[in-house]
Amino acid sequence: MQLPPALHARLAGAPGSAEPLPVERDPAAGTTPFSFAPRLVRFPREHDFFEDGDVQRHLYLQDVLTQVGGAPERPRRPSARVPEFTCQVAGCCQVFDALEDYEHHYHALHRNVCSFCKRAFPSGHLLDTHILEWHDSLFQILAERQDMYQCLVEGCTEKFRTSRDRKEHLVMRHLYPADFRFDKPRRSRGPAVPGAAEQVLAEALGDDRVPSEGDAMEVCSEHVEPSPEPAGERRAYSHRIPSTICFGQGASRGFKSAKKRNKHQ
Amino acid sequence: MWSRQRGGLKPLRCGVEQLRCRRREREAALRKARREQQLVSKRLLRDEALEEAEEGCVAMIFGEAEIQQFLRLAQRGTEEKEREGALVSLRRGLQRPETQQTFIRLEGSIRTLVGLLTSNQALLQLEAARCLHELSHSEQSAVVEACLPATSYLLTYLSGHSSDFIELCLYTLGNLIVESEAVRRQLLPQGIVPALAACIQSPHLTVLEALGYALSQLLQAKEAPEKIIPSVLGSTLPQHMLQLLQPGPKLNLGVAVEFAWCLHYIICSQVNNALLITQGALSTLGLLLLDLAGAVQRTEDAGLELLACPVLRCLSNLLTEAAAEAVGGQLQLRDERVVAALFILLQFLLQKQPSLLPEGLWLLNNLTANSPSFCTSLLSLDLIEPLLHLLSVSNVVLTVLCNVAEKGPAYCQRLWPGPLLSSLLDTLAFSDTEVVGQSLELLQLLFLYQPGAAQAFLQQSGLQALQRHEEVAQLQDRVHALQQTALHG
Repeated sequence: MQLPPALHARLAGAPGSAEPLPVERDPAAGTTPFSFAPRLVRFPREHDFFEDGDVQRHLYLQDVLTQVGGAPERPRRPSARVPEFTCQVAGCCQVFDALEDYEHHYHALHRNVCSFCKRAFPSGHLLDTHILEWHDSLFQILAERQDMYQCLVEGCTEKFRTSRDRKEHLVMRHLYPADFRFDKPRRSRGPAVPGAAEQVLAEALGDDRVPSEGDAMEVCSEHVEPSPEPAGERRAYSHRIPSTICFGQGASRGFKSAKKRNKHQ
Repeated sequence: MWSRQRGGLKPLRCGVEQLRCRRREREAALRKARREQQLVSKRLLRDEALEEAEEGCVAMIFGEAEIQQFLRLAQRGTEEKEREGALVSLRRGLQRPETQQTFIRLEGSIRTLVGLLTSNQALLQLEAARCLHELSHSEQSAVVEACLPATSYLLTYLSGHSSDFIELCLYTLGNLIVESEAVRRQLLPQGIVPALAACIQSPHLTVLEALGYALSQLLQAKEAPEKIIPSVLGSTLPQHMLQLLQPGPKLNLGVAVEFAWCLHYIICSQVNNALLITQGALSTLGLLLLDLAGAVQRTEDAGLELLACPVLRCLSNLLTEAAAEAVGGQLQLRDERVVAALFILLQFLLQKQPSLLPEGLWLLNNLTANSPSFCTSLLSLDLIEPLLHLLSVSNVVLTVLCNVAEKGPAYCQRLWPGPLLSSLLDTLAFSDTEVVGQSLELLQLLFLYQPGAAQAFLQQSGLQALQRHEEVAQLQDRVHALQQTALHG
């Protein structure tokens, strides 16, 4: 199919078009036995007309078409082995020998970390919610009078009076698992006995917990257990329990005593 | 663009003929699936770099005891490397359907895997996610649906920042989505649409391509027009999609392909195309068409037809919307470069993917039907002859010519003389009643508006050509009318 040579130049040229020719219809046009009239045509999803293109699309998805766009625009970073290096974040001594591994480690464990209690979260959204519910005394005050516990699902604007109500909403409305790991009620146990702290961890993570790295060799987990004390104070003893990825509940109630706090959970 | 998967076994040692054969088989299977409305494809993300590192080790079939051991090690091992290693072995075993079956039947296995997915060890998370990904790709429903307990976590992780991990979660979700309506009935209330809407703001191309894939799977679902598309349209997804389709230096082909298909599924479902038009869809797609035409002239083999197809479809369907007329004032819709671009693409398709030509011609019909401007462009850009060249491909060519001719004498004058007459005489020789019927319609218009056309027709033995069809039911009346006009004016 020969295209006029000027066509390519036209494409590269400025937008615009020639003045349309005058339209002048004869009433006899398209009259019986003729019937032509210009029609816009639309095809719905399942129409056979789309079969060829759809099949091509799926061949591509299944990688039977191995055509890829020229030079790779995003070359897959090879798992470059590098000399071992340690995570530079204070308190973390994880060792790596591949950059990719480090990227995920950093984002998973150090990116969204609560500066109060050192817990790590999978996203900024969950971190923000945590800080609000655990470390913001204003939140506690407001929560006594209005629904403050926001649904965790992005896009859902429902709020609840208690974290339990929220959990129920998550399960019933959003089909979340009842043991969703980022919504465990925290049971603060006051001064920690290593065993008790481990128990907290166990509860937070559910039955098949990943065992704590409570190993005599492990010195990097200097993460602090969330404080039951009024906001501002922090218990400073160190644990061998690594920071849990835990969106816990039972935020410290500011100035209330430990006893009363537990009842609310 | 997608460059990393090898579904099933690597076809490394296949000859070219074997590959072609495999492709034909796949194509036949896909056609059959489409006719049964079961067109489903999954993607498997296997890291080539990892594969190379593990080269030489064939994926084994593991039994219960072995799987249990791997899980136990991964969960409770003391050495980090040991735990990772156990999961890696498990993941490789899960490449085999037999291992997958054994795995899902083992009590507590999924629970453990989900536990590892949400553990505080980033590398265990990653490996656990890879295991899930293998399962999601299975052809066995039972295996895929075993992944359901993990979905809330996969969605949660979409708001994270680790691009590789998110990419993996997205492809896994995409595979799950396409498995069954039951799966989607869980994912929708879990907030997959808002999760995707948040994730689409990622700057990473790999994430975007994966997201496009997952979204296209969601939009392709049977129940999408009622249950999914309205909420997608209500989110910020359409605006972001259109942004990602803007031509320019930032346009990435792999990403654009996915979102163009997403747009196609939305538009052809006809839920609320007016909304898309107000968001500038016509304008963006028009510019993209121009860009594509430029690209096909520059690059040889880049898979551009994969993008051309959905763009052509989207434009064609959008043009049928009433709202399109309202924005008809916009330059793009009267810009003759659109016609130029379309023909350049038609030429490209003629060489690369002739089966897509009808789709290109469909767009040409919708462009010219009610537009004196585009009809004029066809004439002033000298495109009638190239158009006639495509007569054998589709009778939409005749329809387009009728679109031009019916606008009156000024248009017919420019159609005449030229190769049109001989082409028409050719088509009259066809036995296809559709084609002949259209030719007759065109002849009527030419006789009506172009003095001398009837004469020329007679001189070229037009009457004989007509005679063939005198007895055909659908054609008789028109044949006689034309014979009358030709003979008596």
